[in-house]
Amino acid sequence: MTQRNRIEGGLVDRSTTLRFSFNGKRMEGHPGDTLASAMLANGQHLMGRSFKYHRPRGVLAAGPEEPNALVTLRAGALAEPNTRATTTELFDGLEAMSQNHRLSLEFDLMAVNDFLSPFLSAGFYYKTFMWPKSFWEKVYEPFIRSSAGLGALSGEPDPDSYDKGFIHCDILIIGAGPAGLAAALTAGESGASVVLADEDFKIGGRLNAETHLVDDQPGADWAHAAAERLEAMNNVRVMTRTTIYGAFDHGIFGAIERRTDHLPDSGGKPRQILWRIYSKRSILCAGATERPIAFPDNDRPGIMLAGAARAYANRFGAAPGNRVAVFTCCDDGWRTASDLAANGIRVSAVVDTREGASAPSIPGAISKLGDAIVATRGRKRLTSIKLRSGGWIEVDCLAVSGGWNPNVHLSCHLRGRPTWRPDIAAFVPGGSIPPNMRVAGAANGDLKLSDAVSGGRAAAAEASGDLGFRPRLEEEIKSSDELAGIEECWSVRNASGRAWVDFQNDVTVKDIDVSAREGFRSSEMLKRYTTAGMATDQGKTANVVALALLAERTGKSIAEAGTTIYRPPYTPVAIGALAGRSRGKDFRPVRLTPSHRWAASQGAVFIETGNWLRAQWYPRPGETHWRQSVDREVLATRRSVGICDVTTLGKIEIFGRDAAEFLDRVYANGFKSLAIGKIRYGLMLREEGIVYDDGTTARLGERHYVMTTTTANAVLVYRNLEFARQCLWPDLDVHLISITDGWAQFSVAGPNSRDLLRKVVEPSFDLSNESFPFMACAETTAFGGVTSRLFRISFSGELAYEIAVPARYGNSMMDNLISAGREFEATPYGTEALGVMRVEKGHFAGNELDGRTTARNLGLGRMVSKKKDCIGGVLSERPALNRADAAKLSGFKPVDKSEALTAGAHFLSKGQDATMDNDQGWMSSVAYSPTFGHSIGLGFIMNGGGRRGETVRAVDFVRGKDVEVEIVSPHFYDPEGERQRG
Amino acid sequence: MIISHPLLGPRDSAEFVYLGDASLIGRPHAFDDDAMEKFYEYQFLRDNPDGVHRELWYHEQGDRSWLVVTRDTATHDILNVELARDVARQSGRGR
Repeated sequence: MTQRNRIEGGLVDRSTTLRFSFNGKRMEGHPGDTLASAMLANGQHLMGRSFKYHRPRGVLAAGPEEPNALVTLRAGALAEPNTRATTTELFDGLEAMSQNHRLSLEFDLMAVNDFLSPFLSAGFYYKTFMWPKSFWEKVYEPFIRSSAGLGALSGEPDPDSYDKGFIHCDILIIGAGPAGLAAALTAGESGASVVLADEDFKIGGRLNAETHLVDDQPGADWAHAAAERLEAMNNVRVMTRTTIYGAFDHGIFGAIERRTDHLPDSGGKPRQILWRIYSKRSILCAGATERPIAFPDNDRPGIMLAGAARAYANRFGAAPGNRVAVFTCCDDGWRTASDLAANGIRVSAVVDTREGASAPSIPGAISKLGDAIVATRGRKRLTSIKLRSGGWIEVDCLAVSGGWNPNVHLSCHLRGRPTWRPDIAAFVPGGSIPPNMRVAGAANGDLKLSDAVSGGRAAAAEASGDLGFRPRLEEEIKSSDELAGIEECWSVRNASGRAWVDFQNDVTVKDIDVSAREGFRSSEMLKRYTTAGMATDQGKTANVVALALLAERTGKSIAEAGTTIYRPPYTPVAIGALAGRSRGKDFRPVRLTPSHRWAASQGAVFIETGNWLRAQWYPRPGETHWRQSVDREVLATRRSVGICDVTTLGKIEIFGRDAAEFLDRVYANGFKSLAIGKIRYGLMLREEGIVYDDGTTARLGERHYVMTTTTANAVLVYRNLEFARQCLWPDLDVHLISITDGWAQFSVAGPNSRDLLRKVVEPSFDLSNESFPFMACAETTAFGGVTSRLFRISFSGELAYEIAVPARYGNSMMDNLISAGREFEATPYGTEALGVMRVEKGHFAGNELDGRTTARNLGLGRMVSKKKDCIGGVLSERPALNRADAAKLSGFKPVDKSEALTAGAHFLSKGQDATMDNDQGWMSSVAYSPTFGHSIGLGFIMNGGGRRGETVRAVDFVRGKDVEVEIVSPHFYDPEGERQRG
Repeated sequence: MIISHPLLGPRDSAEFVYLGDASLIGRPHAFDDDAMEKFYEYQFLRDNPDGVHRELWYHEQGDRSWLVVTRDTATHDILNVELARDVARQSGRGR
């Protein structure tokens, strides 16, 4: 197809030809084109199908407000649906597909909806699909779901990458049209650091689309020269292809910069960058958006906004039609007529709703004042229009102007409400705009060029003056002026047929009638009932028309009716851009244990525990099932010695004269009597009396303690301790350091652990049971001088130690411990074996501390000291937490030893029905015990302590199990603790 | 939001962890006769004003100071930022 509608002039580079395709149809365009302008140049007006009625649609606008011309860009995994053809910069090889049709764009099966429209009016979800009720789930909903939505996602992972960045500036200027450029020049010359951002790929805004003169040059040339001046200033950053999509608190703005969207291939570079811009002052120069007029069948391809029609002719050198009519209620429409005529395009008629419009003479056109368009024809392309005064006129393009709406969006993102200005029949930024923001140009309702330029300069002078810069304003910027008279016209009355208000959502004037009649009479209700203003364009062309019509129907003024709330983003932002690099495994950082490299070299299987990656077990050749590995690790540890990296447990170093007092208050049990060189188990409550965390605290010196926390709560416990230290007892002399990552710590457990440690710890250190008994701690050295901390604590129930060295020695420490332990067949064990041994020993862990358990539930009620004040002490006394029949931590073993227990099972007395009323507790942890040769479990059961030996049912509906279990002590293994003390 | 840390100057709120009402500083005495009632109110009853609110923020990605931020919840205006330790001392808390 040739560019049969390409005309002279404009800002496209005809020396280069770009090839692209639309629905497989090959077309050509030039650098400087958008996809929409190139399609128009190729005579392609039909660009999509409407959302609900599948009406053929052409392009309405020439900018980001476009509701109709949404395409899927690129193919395969790179496909991006709902891309506006009007903002897509043309590149060589671009592939675009139309959306929202079955079969083809030309022949859409779903167009049947257009004839069903009486059943699909406002609120049809709630009306049409009511009966029979049984049809909803099986028939209506699947049908609606498959019909709804615009473009479809590829369903594949996005192959592009996205980055995030931060910019700090004195003054952010949003929009590089006449006001924004004037503001940027003034602010830049004052010396302030300035960011000038514009969503377009070409600086200039409307200057590129108009024939105005600035400083006696064509506006586009002046804009180009201004951009060059700005680029030369070191304190100014000009960002094209950058949309400021949201205004946030305290001068922070969100911006999306499209880096490679205009290139055939990203070349591995980030596709878009999400910027967070911190500004001291901002100037909103976002321009204005034209709005249509509602009249019957005003949605045919070929009917577009008047400003868009002249943008296509003036900027892109693409004729929007060959015989054009203009329908307007303001002076701006006449500019389209004269510009098109000046471009050699035949203008057949100008229809102005105003009786008294001052009508310039347009060569070859008839002027109809006080008239209106009441009907149109042409299914896939406009063929003719009918005037109220009678007669059809043959046209293939109709340019419509209902006036301009200032782009107030960003001024309203902090809950500001715009105010109505009757003289321009539009909303302008209201009294409550974001602090330190100024608004200039058309965005402020200053629709004339000279006002925009002077407004931009004044705003920049004020903003830079605020910040102590000296703006220079001696150079005047001369600009031409234009008429901007308007008499508001929202819809053509007394004309039959459907008149569209919101093109993207297929909302007509009649839908607004229905909404008002059925009681949905506020702006927010209207939006939700009719869907006007929803979807990708968020009603940029539709909202004000819809609100004005609602106001008419509810007898309110437009000012009273008000707008809906404006929220970010101004235009759609890809989820991928918001995610940035935080995707998949990079969603959050992975923390590796100090011995990770060693474990990986041994072929360990890893598991994520919080952010940590820990060795779960270490398979050996011949082991085909994980339990073979885990059982071996458990038995080897219990028989000889096992080694496990336990660095992930939280470690907090506590110093100060009042450290003991502090520990006494944050732990439920007492700590004041802990001697130097000793360790004590500590139970921590939340203030409401529920158990929060547990661990051990070792006293290394007079004023020096080391606390351990569970892996999961390391950060939270530290936070709480800082809270207690700073907010509750600010004068206690206590200092905290988080050392979780600073020290690598290993559990060395099993009957041979002492003998193993004797080989690595400094020879003079006496490891005998007498001088270093259970719950002792010391600072010493190991491996010939490495600073070490030694703790004699046991999670496994065996004679065991934990040895800590500075983290950088962690990996070689593991290697050396295993080497030194070769004579004992020292076995590395992972988190599974660790878990099995703790269940065998009856230690509770995260499964038991689920945010509901009290110390009493755990059988540790007496640990909560009544003699002192501690966090959670008072509220742990609440009667409901201290019922006599409270659930108690107990052990459970299957009566039939071959049965596997399941965590989550609930306990019932034998013979009782499996109902919640009969529920007596739950199983929290289970393990296969290689030591005992059967499954064992820990759980909570009412009156648990007094029911040892009783048999109950463990019912697990999820896994379909019902197993008889015997209630036993939770301490399956070495209940007297002789092994760990030995 | 930007919080002007009394020691570190303006910091992005993303560096902070939010806790809630600064009344949590006012932990009751455990041995008062009506301690249970007071702790119940302290722990479970909070004001949630539409307007000026004093609240606790923790500079976790920074110097680990707890701050009392006086913020208008309707506008997000930040009216005052203090070290929670100073606020606690001023309210009579010590050891």
